[in-house]
Amino acid sequence: MTTGAEILIDALKKEGVDVVFGYPGGVVLSIFDVLFRTPEIRVVLTRHEQAATHAADGYARATGKTGVCLVTSGPGATNTITGLANAKLDSVPLVMISGQVKTAVLGTDAFQEADMAGLTRPICKHSYLVQKVEDLPQVLKNSFHIARSGRPGPVAVDVPADIAQAELESYVYPDHPDVPSYQPAGKGNARQIGKLAEAIERAERPVILAGGGIVAAGAAAELVRFAEKTNIPVATTLMALGCVPDDHELFLGMPGMHGRVAANYALMECDLLIGMGTRFDDRVTGDLKSFAPRAVIAHVDIDPSEIGKNLRTRIPIVGDVGSVLADLDKMVAPRLANEWNRIVREWSLVHPLSFTQEPEGEILPQYVIDRVNHWAARDTIIATDVGQHQMWSALFVRHREPRAFLSSGGMGTMGFGLPAAMGASLGFPGRPVVVITGDGSIQMNIQELPTCTLNRIPVKIVVLNNSCLGMVRQWQELFYDGHFSKTCLKERPECRAACPGHREDCPNAFWPDFVRVAEANGMPGFRAERVSEVDEVLEKGFAVDGPALMEFRVKKTENVFPMVPGGKPINDILLGVSP
Amino acid sequence: MTEKHTFVITVANRVGVLARISGLLSSRGFNIESVVACQTENPDVYQIQLVIYGTSDQVQQISKQIQKLIDTIKVVDIPHRKGDPIREFILVKIPARRDRSEILDLVGVFGAKIVDCSPSSMTIDLSGPSRKIDQFLEMMKPFGIREYIRSGPIAVGA
Repeated sequence: MTTGAEILIDALKKEGVDVVFGYPGGVVLSIFDVLFRTPEIRVVLTRHEQAATHAADGYARATGKTGVCLVTSGPGATNTITGLANAKLDSVPLVMISGQVKTAVLGTDAFQEADMAGLTRPICKHSYLVQKVEDLPQVLKNSFHIARSGRPGPVAVDVPADIAQAELESYVYPDHPDVPSYQPAGKGNARQIGKLAEAIERAERPVILAGGGIVAAGAAAELVRFAEKTNIPVATTLMALGCVPDDHELFLGMPGMHGRVAANYALMECDLLIGMGTRFDDRVTGDLKSFAPRAVIAHVDIDPSEIGKNLRTRIPIVGDVGSVLADLDKMVAPRLANEWNRIVREWSLVHPLSFTQEPEGEILPQYVIDRVNHWAARDTIIATDVGQHQMWSALFVRHREPRAFLSSGGMGTMGFGLPAAMGASLGFPGRPVVVITGDGSIQMNIQELPTCTLNRIPVKIVVLNNSCLGMVRQWQELFYDGHFSKTCLKERPECRAACPGHREDCPNAFWPDFVRVAEANGMPGFRAERVSEVDEVLEKGFAVDGPALMEFRVKKTENVFPMVPGGKPINDILLGVSP
Repeated sequence: MTEKHTFVITVANRVGVLARISGLLSSRGFNIESVVACQTENPDVYQIQLVIYGTSDQVQQISKQIQKLIDTIKVVDIPHRKGDPIREFILVKIPARRDRSEILDLVGVFGAKIVDCSPSSMTIDLSGPSRKIDQFLEMMKPFGIREYIRSGPIAVGA
């Protein structure tokens, strides 16, 4: 006899799952009981289910394998919602298994009941409510298949308590998924690929915009080879940073709202724009009507619903971008660098990323990131949270390979960084992992510090503390007449009316005290308040054998530039000089 | 320009499949004009017909999004144009104590059928293009319609 819970854990083993992020509770007791005697699967108890979901997400982004989390019904399950939506928007393969009340009381508002199949429907690639134990093996097989194939995404599986406890006489884990209605695209249409090859031959000013699809397809090396053969400059979105090494001469950087000038100019001036595994998000395109006005648009994506969604596409190609690149390679002749390559190169040289750190001035966040590059080993995985520090990281971190920069792109989820870094670290034991975060973001999942300490997850936490919600503050400064409504994290009731956002006489009272928080959670904490202390703190933090937190008190009024105001064309760039 | 479209959607017969499709439309701010859904000749396959208004870009995007759902087997988009075999069904219940012969004349003219008759009411069954249904309802108004139920347009893909 095999119980539903045993079938479930057996399925995880057969799917190659080695880590599960979870949180137990009433209806999943029987499943956790099986895990108690399953040494092959490491179960990491997070302190909140949202963190379990982000940790599974970070694990999946870093390793390319499917992340798994396991939670109880009701609040345990609803706490995963943000994490699932986050994984959906960035196409991350995830299987979220939630317990559910017994089938006999489904729909009666039983204790800790929430309709998870319903709640997850719009934010997951697919969701299941298991209604018979006989269905469980096939549902699990299908879930893993759906999560990782085609355009990857999260799948939610809701398992009622009586189904986990039910017994089956005999049971075989299926070899194949059974989802006839689901046929993800494979190879691209040869005629369409031929059209793209012709367009490349005709183009004077071609450019490639590569997105997260390149990472999902494992096609970064093919992309670089193709770009080199055709001498086409490449911009990579936030999700694809690392696909082209950032010192490559064809690399334009990240385009968009906080993109590199050269990347934005290239997208606006090109006559052939080849989107590969990207969805032309509004943060990339700015004002759609004025985007790439003279370009023929070619778009390669595995998800047909992305093609034509935002842009009128002349050459649509539905297919796996790796396979399309391979086919395209056979049809395209080498292309020599031309005047366009020279112009694009010049844009990069005329508009480099820069900052000026005054030795006696306040610490600049860009400077800290630059020094993190110095102290971090070459193979370090960097996770970020969301906000100014995220954009500075995207711009200033050295990107050398795919799956080494983990950031919440589509959803922009504050609180993603620390648990995602934990997941990455568990996916690659021994490989250094750093999370660059802000004082706002870290507090959204700061409860995971003991998880790092107790499980010896050696994540290095770099907190760029500017004592405010910097990105929102930046928008308030630029677009809301400096009305700093609720963005100062030092604000007390008595400061309200008078403060213009940054007062010389502001009491130097930062809460929480991150160094003491770190120490209270069993890891060393270090703080730099002066430029001269930055290297010292990084050296100490990186030397710790285990997790460590490093706090940098950075300049509050520093803004992220370049910046394209929301809804403007992406060549309408504020280069900005911070006060 | 917004146009009326019928989507003929073939899906796997699973719990929640209709909710998935209606949720997809509501999340994009679309109102469903009508929906007809039932099992097909194959009990594992379910067919949903729904009518929405939208521009051709919107309708194309929605069609792709519905196609993307894991349970969707096929989506056929039928724009409502003159002459297409798009039909609606209606059951109309009218109080009929006195004007029976006049009602029967109209039933004959429209090619409708009486499916139920009682001393105080008649129930009439009619199918046809939406315009014909509208006209019939207009003609029945003077008799005082007690209740009616319309199926919404249904179509068969070309």
